[in-house]
Amino acid sequence: MAKRLSLFAAAVRLVAGKDLRLEARTRVGLAQVLPFAVLVLVVMAFALDAESELLVRVSPGLFWVTVTFAAILMVGRSAALEIEPGVGDALRLSGVSPSALYLGKTIAVALQLLVLEAVLVVAIAILYRTPLAGWILGAATLLTATAGIAALGTLLAALASSARGRESLIPLLMLPVLAPVLIGATRATDAALGTSDGRQGWPWVALLAVFALSYVTLGALAYRPLMEDS
Amino acid sequence: MTTAHPTHASEEEASDSAGPTGTGSVATRVLGLFILVGGVLLAALGLALTDPDVQLGERMRPIYVHVPTVSAAYVLFVLNAVGSAMWLWRKSRFWDQVAAAAAEVGLVFLGLTLLTGAFWGRITWGVYWDWDARLTSTLVMFLAYLGYVALRGSMEDPAARATRSAVVGISAALLIPLVHKSVDWWRSYHQDRTLFGQLDPSIDGLQLFTLFLGLSLGMALAAWLLIHRFRVGWLAMQAEEGGLDDALAARRAEAASAADGVEVEAGGVADLVAAPPAEKEQP
Repeated sequence: MAKRLSLFAAAVRLVAGKDLRLEARTRVGLAQVLPFAVLVLVVMAFALDAESELLVRVSPGLFWVTVTFAAILMVGRSAALEIEPGVGDALRLSGVSPSALYLGKTIAVALQLLVLEAVLVVAIAILYRTPLAGWILGAATLLTATAGIAALGTLLAALASSARGRESLIPLLMLPVLAPVLIGATRATDAALGTSDGRQGWPWVALLAVFALSYVTLGALAYRPLMEDS
Repeated sequence: MTTAHPTHASEEEASDSAGPTGTGSVATRVLGLFILVGGVLLAALGLALTDPDVQLGERMRPIYVHVPTVSAAYVLFVLNAVGSAMWLWRKSRFWDQVAAAAAEVGLVFLGLTLLTGAFWGRITWGVYWDWDARLTSTLVMFLAYLGYVALRGSMEDPAARATRSAVVGISAALLIPLVHKSVDWWRSYHQDRTLFGQLDPSIDGLQLFTLFLGLSLGMALAAWLLIHRFRVGWLAMQAEEGGLDDALAARRAEAASAADGVEVEAGGVADLVAAPPAEKEQP
């Protein structure tokens, strides 16, 4: 049992490492997704007339909408890696279990998202002049919400990977089911930044954790039939 | 469940004994007739013969349509989840088609629910839309199943399409109660006006009968649409699978008759042209 578990963990690490290495070499995330996310923040400021008070008030919502947009691009790229010709067969032959593959890909996406979020937090503090506060609650929110977004996104992007128009299909499938994470993350960030009562934040973090766990379980179970049929 | 691959050219003979060959049958015609008669009766009862509600007055009347459509939609989405599970478990193409039909018909009913709800909101609250928990989660549900239908429409391979949409169907069914719960929490946290507090109509006698009539008609209409949509889906599937075989058979027959020194008649080519998988979407 312990041996099987360590083998599973090794497979997860291997897949996550593979995706992160590919990302580090192609630098698409760094050179395209990250600037895009910062650009969304800038465009939002144009749309809201760069009125300082309003931007501070809505910055938790804008932050998470921006993260979601960036996540849509990231999971699409992550799924595209697996549909290159021959990759599916190679993965099946490698003996890596579908759930390990899923978890590895989810972890890789989550780590990239966390890096992106760190940059966006700084960007919001500078561009919107949002005073940062509530670090512990904020960090807990970032971790749980990111886990949920990455877990659901990785599953749905894999689902849509061989469909026509997958670029638009991924957000269509993802956003409705992601609604609770967006709500919870925005409320918890609100509380962390002190725009609302701080004690209200932790129940939302708990909800985010529940969602992250449900998405991960769902993905780990659903990935096997997906691999068999692709 | 297997479908025979027809090796003969005739479309009529291409039917599999397990599936329908047309979309109408005696049973559905009788059911349709009942729905039409019931619809007239419901309109008469709902619009004229029943008394206005004690609290809501005339604004109560849309309920006779609103409640049946939302109930039918929920039943259909549960059926979609059952069909999806049966595909994953047994690879049953019958259930895959049931899931597909249920999602589409369910979307129509949920769309009607949102529409009748919006009009009801306009006459009762003065607004078409409010970010109430129930409204919001119904809209999210509608969008989620739009995604399901979009996914089905954008995949060619039948087995992959069935598996992927089954995963989406089951996920939607599992996650939507959670979505509802979180949206509920979100709205109660804000604590706006509790609009649905008003909606507790005291119903009795003829009103109750009308509501039950509406409910049964809603279910009957859902079943009628489901059966027809299922049959269309089933025939499309057969055309997809049989189309190539039919075309090959026609081509072989043509080659054989040409080899016999017989002139190829125009009819042979016409058969070929008439036999393509007409339902299959091309990218």
